[in-house]
Amino acid sequence: MKAVYERPRVLKDVATHYCPGCTHGIAHRILAEVIDELGIQGNTVGVASVGCSVFAYNYIDVDFQQAAHGRAPAVATGIKRVVPDTIVFTYQGDGDLASIGAAEVLHAAVRGENITVIFINNAIYGMTGGQMAPTTLEGMRTTTTPLGRQPAIQGYPLRVSELLATVDGAAYIARCSLHNAANIAKAKASIKKAFETQIQKKGFSLVELLSSCPTNWGVPPLEALKWIEEKMIPVFPLGEFKVKEGDAR
Amino acid sequence: MKMSATNHSVNSGVKILAEVVLMKGNEAVAEAAIRAGCRYFFGYPITPQNEIPEYMARRLPEVGGVYVQAESEVAAINMVYGAGGAGGRVLISSSSPGISLMQEGISYLCGSEIPCVIVNMMRGGPGLGGIQPSQSDYFQATKGGGHGDYRLIVYGPSSIQEMVDIMFRAFAVAEKYRNPVMILGDGMLGQMMEPVSFPDETPPPDPRSKPWATTGNRGGKSRLLSSIILDPEGLDAHNWRLQEKYRRAEKEEVMWDMEKADDAEWFLVAYGTMARVCRAAMTMARSEGIKVGLIRPITLWPFPKQAFEAVLPRAKGFLCVEMSTGQMVEDVRLSVEGRAPVYFYGRTGGAVPVPKGVLKRIRDMVSGKTPSITDYYDRVAGGERK
Repeated sequence: MKAVYERPRVLKDVATHYCPGCTHGIAHRILAEVIDELGIQGNTVGVASVGCSVFAYNYIDVDFQQAAHGRAPAVATGIKRVVPDTIVFTYQGDGDLASIGAAEVLHAAVRGENITVIFINNAIYGMTGGQMAPTTLEGMRTTTTPLGRQPAIQGYPLRVSELLATVDGAAYIARCSLHNAANIAKAKASIKKAFETQIQKKGFSLVELLSSCPTNWGVPPLEALKWIEEKMIPVFPLGEFKVKEGDAR
Repeated sequence: MKMSATNHSVNSGVKILAEVVLMKGNEAVAEAAIRAGCRYFFGYPITPQNEIPEYMARRLPEVGGVYVQAESEVAAINMVYGAGGAGGRVLISSSSPGISLMQEGISYLCGSEIPCVIVNMMRGGPGLGGIQPSQSDYFQATKGGGHGDYRLIVYGPSSIQEMVDIMFRAFAVAEKYRNPVMILGDGMLGQMMEPVSFPDETPPPDPRSKPWATTGNRGGKSRLLSSIILDPEGLDAHNWRLQEKYRRAEKEEVMWDMEKADDAEWFLVAYGTMARVCRAAMTMARSEGIKVGLIRPITLWPFPKQAFEAVLPRAKGFLCVEMSTGQMVEDVRLSVEGRAPVYFYGRTGGAVPVPKGVLKRIRDMVSGKTPSITDYYDRVAGGERK
């Protein structure tokens, strides 16, 4: 009998601490599948960031460093420069990457740092309890925008993928969504492309994953997935924003 | 020993630098690091230490190393975290305001037990302050400028040769304890030139030779470098384990120097550039018949309390001289524990106490005219700084 679906080897056989309905589990799984398929488990180092995914190393069985808030791309830079043949990725949320770590991710791209960034965009700070993120939508209620995000006061959501696509050092930039099976399959394909970009030494790669946070959005899981499709995608359109063709640098 | 006006700004090679050369402090520090096996440097410009990153940018590629100019000191220290965690021998340098920005990263390096060497060529603060030499980061370096119960092993060299020698020791100690080590210099030591010779070269370590380094698990057990422990019992245990390491450093790493201590009754206490000024003042005082000695801490943490025990039975007083408003003097007082009077003289902001100024304070101390530390500040306010 042929197994058609099983736990990826790199995904540890443990329960996660993520809330029911959270898409971190899906993101972990497709990342693990990609690492398995590329056969790079023994030669990969992950950088965990600050946020709900701070314990990613408990679930993904590769060497890991845990970074200070926002600094994962700088930490990944240090690792990659010492062991350049090792595959290095960061896994960061939107508070970590787009707010406190905006400089680090931007300049990792500027340097064409040959690392891969998995960027979870759920439009909110999860671990700290649902505060406004740079990616919070207009009108969206959070614990620090109790009346909804008002552009006149809190500004507009930041589109990270579009911004980084303007940087010459960025080799692969894509935004995908985890709200249904078809999009999850596309997300996995993009993550694989991002890692291949790194393996081919083409430069900086990032995959933004539109994700749900039922707990802090205050909606049931299924409704949260629908909310991604109906509310987030119009603001954060899906697609590949940068695909560097040709040879390695 | 032969003096040589070697041009060290080009790749001058081992043979030439093995002899005595005249070299700027910042450049000597950089060259010493490379010779001590450092192959990774993450820099950000700030005066008065710019020659260190500039030298590294030029020299590291020649020896197969990597120089990265970071987008900020915040990013730079986190690159050090990544590189040190991947088993690289890493140096970082900055000056006071930049070192302030690195405090978060330093706390994480200590928490995750990642070795590296940090050079602070101190300038005057607070805030943007000035660019002239100062010693006002002593508290930050020795008492923990970042959050949490951690310690840096801190060296306060007083000559370029000593900075070079300590660089070799610093990397060895950092890796022995898996802890950051700081070399606390100042703008004077960074900018001055002195003859210097370099110890024999140490080869860089293979990152994969360190069992804890994250270089890919190669099919074995995955390694983790982290400072997050949410369980209170677990974090408490982690902290006490770190403390055991620090206690061991207190026993094994403490360094100091004593000069003319054998017959001394009065003691100057100073480190770094100020120790040199005090040495001149000591000679002047001795020519007047005042029996003055010098205690020069070389490790600022662990602080050499032992040096004071040795001389306390005959010490009539200690005069601590610093380019600050009085920071190390607190450790002097903690070491003396009220068993002899402790006096202080200091200037700040790039104003450096001169030998004549120190001599005046020695005379005052001996004649009983020196005010208590509290009064001292009143006198400063009254304009008696020089």
